[in-house]
Amino acid sequence: MSKLNAAEALPKIVRVVPRNRNIEAFLLAFAVGLNAFELSQIQLSLLKVLTPEIFLYLLPPAFFALVIHIILRRRASEADPMILPIAVVLNGLGLSMIYRLDLATIANGGTELFAEKQVVWTVVAMAFAAAVIIFVPSHLFLRRYVYVSMIVGVGLLISPMIPGLGRNINGAQLWIAIGDLTFQPGELAKIALTVFFAGYLVTRRESLAIVGRKVLGVRIPRARELGPILVIWGASLLVLILQRDLGTSLLYFGIFIVLVYTATGRAIYVIAGITMFLTGALVAGRMMEYVSGRVDSWLNPFLASNYDAAGGSYQLAQGIFGLAHGGLLGTGLGGGLPQLVPLAESDFIIAALGEEIGLIGLFAVFALYLLLVSRGIRIGFNHPDDFSKLLATGLAFVIALQCFIVIGGVTRVVPLTGLTTPLLAAGGSSLLANWIIVGLLLRISDTVDSGNKSVTA
Amino acid sequence: MNRELKRVSLVIFVMFLSLFISSTGIQVISADDLATDQRNVRSIYDSYKTQRGSILVDGKPIAESIPVDDVYRYNRVYSDEMYSSVTGFFSLYQGATGLESATNSYLTGQNSSQFFEQINALLSGTPVAGASVELTIDPDVQKAAWDALGDKKGAVVAINPTTGNILAMVSKPGFDANELAVHDGATSNANYKALIEDEDGPLLNRAYSELYAPGSVFKLVVAAAALESGEYTADSTFPNPSKYTLPGTSTVVMNSGEGKCGGAATVSIADALRLSCNVPFAQLGIALKQNRISSQAGLFGFSKNIEFPMTSVASVYPSGMDDAQTGLSAFGQFDVRVTPLQMAMVSAAIANKGVLMQPNLIENVLTANLSVLHQPSPSVFSQPMSATTAKSMTEMMVGAVSNGVSGNARISGVEVAGKTGTAQNGTDQPYTLWFTGFAPANNPQVAVAVVIADGGGLGQSGRGNSLAAPVAKKVMQAVLKK
Repeated sequence: MSKLNAAEALPKIVRVVPRNRNIEAFLLAFAVGLNAFELSQIQLSLLKVLTPEIFLYLLPPAFFALVIHIILRRRASEADPMILPIAVVLNGLGLSMIYRLDLATIANGGTELFAEKQVVWTVVAMAFAAAVIIFVPSHLFLRRYVYVSMIVGVGLLISPMIPGLGRNINGAQLWIAIGDLTFQPGELAKIALTVFFAGYLVTRRESLAIVGRKVLGVRIPRARELGPILVIWGASLLVLILQRDLGTSLLYFGIFIVLVYTATGRAIYVIAGITMFLTGALVAGRMMEYVSGRVDSWLNPFLASNYDAAGGSYQLAQGIFGLAHGGLLGTGLGGGLPQLVPLAESDFIIAALGEEIGLIGLFAVFALYLLLVSRGIRIGFNHPDDFSKLLATGLAFVIALQCFIVIGGVTRVVPLTGLTTPLLAAGGSSLLANWIIVGLLLRISDTVDSGNKSVTA
Repeated sequence: MNRELKRVSLVIFVMFLSLFISSTGIQVISADDLATDQRNVRSIYDSYKTQRGSILVDGKPIAESIPVDDVYRYNRVYSDEMYSSVTGFFSLYQGATGLESATNSYLTGQNSSQFFEQINALLSGTPVAGASVELTIDPDVQKAAWDALGDKKGAVVAINPTTGNILAMVSKPGFDANELAVHDGATSNANYKALIEDEDGPLLNRAYSELYAPGSVFKLVVAAAALESGEYTADSTFPNPSKYTLPGTSTVVMNSGEGKCGGAATVSIADALRLSCNVPFAQLGIALKQNRISSQAGLFGFSKNIEFPMTSVASVYPSGMDDAQTGLSAFGQFDVRVTPLQMAMVSAAIANKGVLMQPNLIENVLTANLSVLHQPSPSVFSQPMSATTAKSMTEMMVGAVSNGVSGNARISGVEVAGKTGTAQNGTDQPYTLWFTGFAPANNPQVAVAVVIADGGGLGQSGRGNSLAAPVAKKVMQAVLKK
């Protein structure tokens, strides 16, 4: 309490040395330097010369990182100093790899390039993150819009199923298209739904935790409390069946279960939730060839029948060959053959990175994600406000679970699904959503030591 | 809620731990197994990453890797079809044969003798450059052999008898290895299919991996066995009937002219060899017994896969024969089968005073900065006969060329030692035509074996002396001109 008082006692103007921001500035310089190094290595390896094109991929993200940094100095000077540099490093590493894959595509006479679009999306996404920090004066402001978030989230979720708007890409009905612009609304839906879950659970946690009949020593919640869980479960299965996307349905349901558990402290929800999801997935798997095929490919990717089947394990096997080719030290950026794996720039960017930066590099990437997630969990842990706790935890867990589902899919921990690796993979909607998460985490982290103050703001 | 958050953190940690473990499993633990998977094309791409060394003849590349602008970085280019029997091919899709396969570790820079370069490469990050292999082939002799064979199917092997160095190795028809080295899979596969289905068998290596019935050239082995036994000399005589019925059968052996072997009642081994008579050799073989012929053949290299550094097919002298079959085998019929390389080795041993040198195709191996990595020195393969026997054999072979049935190998001003062969392959099958010998007889510089398959297009009317001997003559001349 004394710490809180000390912070209260000092007017904000007195904090002339924002220590967190100086750490951040130092780490950002390091992050941009690292990205410059990656781009140079790629050009020297593949083109044998350095061209000014490096600046196209280096400067816009660096500039916007600086903008966010300056905004943070003015508007959220106590925000966590690690989050922004980690996001810049990961975004830059992904951009470098996408550029590297583009160079391979060009060398082979291909025309489908991603890096330039990725730069544009990075800039847009970072601008959104800046806007979140500026225009969301306090994240508690979001609490007023809990049910709006739900409507927005559900609306985004079902929008790909609207005839004329939805688009089926690579077998999943996850996209909406307006003209040439395609967008994956599910990425934004996960933020809206996390806001909703956090807001909903913070008001219902007492009744969910305490009320209910005891059957055989286990307290069963009332139908009124259980209802929303069933609704979310049903919605997840609907996504699985109608949009043919196991990853997204697992993601939504996973976030919900974790937040219910965090809010209520009752393990019964986790057990019941996992049981329900597995049952639903198993039944869906029996009925849908798409799911059982994925499971088959996961268990035996090198079996000829799976390998040769259309939509079989070819991609997974090639990704694993790529990872194995990289070994411990990797082939060096530009030294491998990541372009052999289909969708190396998006779903399989981890395989591409693993081939060229090796197991050691991959461990560093995992460690960065783990650090990013742990900063989010730490915000939740230290925040005095319950809604903030749940929101920060939920947003951090979104990143963690998404990493686990995607990277686990590529490295055969779980069946392969169609999610993107946060911040690394090519894709505008994914970048936008993840940078908004970064913006929100930064905003929440600024209020960790002064939760009360923000309420009055 | 913080108690729950700690547990959630633990779950997140376990999720990431599983990713650390699974990626380690793929990238370290099972990486070697995955690299050998047939469907993993990365291993093949890797072999193209370093510039493969050249194969050189007289300092000029007959196979080299030229930088190209595709993912494989280098394309293998072959200079001349007449070397296809030596180089083999190096293909993305069909693997490698010939020297490309036999000296692959040198050409790729992965040989253990390049250990320090490999360490250096690991530290500096640049790949080890492939070493170049310089051959003992003499381009003029190779060209002479290639041209002399014309459009006949067959093979020529020429050896320097004192060193074992191979001066020429030709198999016809050859093939254009460039057709298989192309980087386009569909083209490469189609070209390979065409070569495989070609009835003339261009991909067969007739010089060292095809077996032929030797016919009368095998008499050299039997004669050597007789002389080495100590029981016979070149002047030892046998009865001279025009027909000889093999013991225990009704099979009748006749000489090629269907008459007697010379006019006398008896015939010496020397005359039998000079006139290439079957009847006396059948009797000699039966008298020697198969074990003695077999061990003599073994000393010449029969039943061994000879590495030079390609690996030859082992020539066959059958075992478990009865006397009749031994009689047939003594003049190179029944199941005796040889490679041209093997017959060249027989002549080389006789030429080199009874000492058979290890056949060798590698002059030296040079690293990219031209330091000598490996230089084979002449080594003895075996001693199949005494110098006395060799001298005696030489005299008999000189007789066969100068006033015997192998006269088409005569070179004016040079004494040539030689022996022809015309092997039957079943009733309606074309003959296999042979010549083996060396020159000059008193100071041999080259030992040669020529085989012409499928009767040289003449069915059963061609003879070793009419078709094979002139080829050998041109090859020997090409060496002697030097």
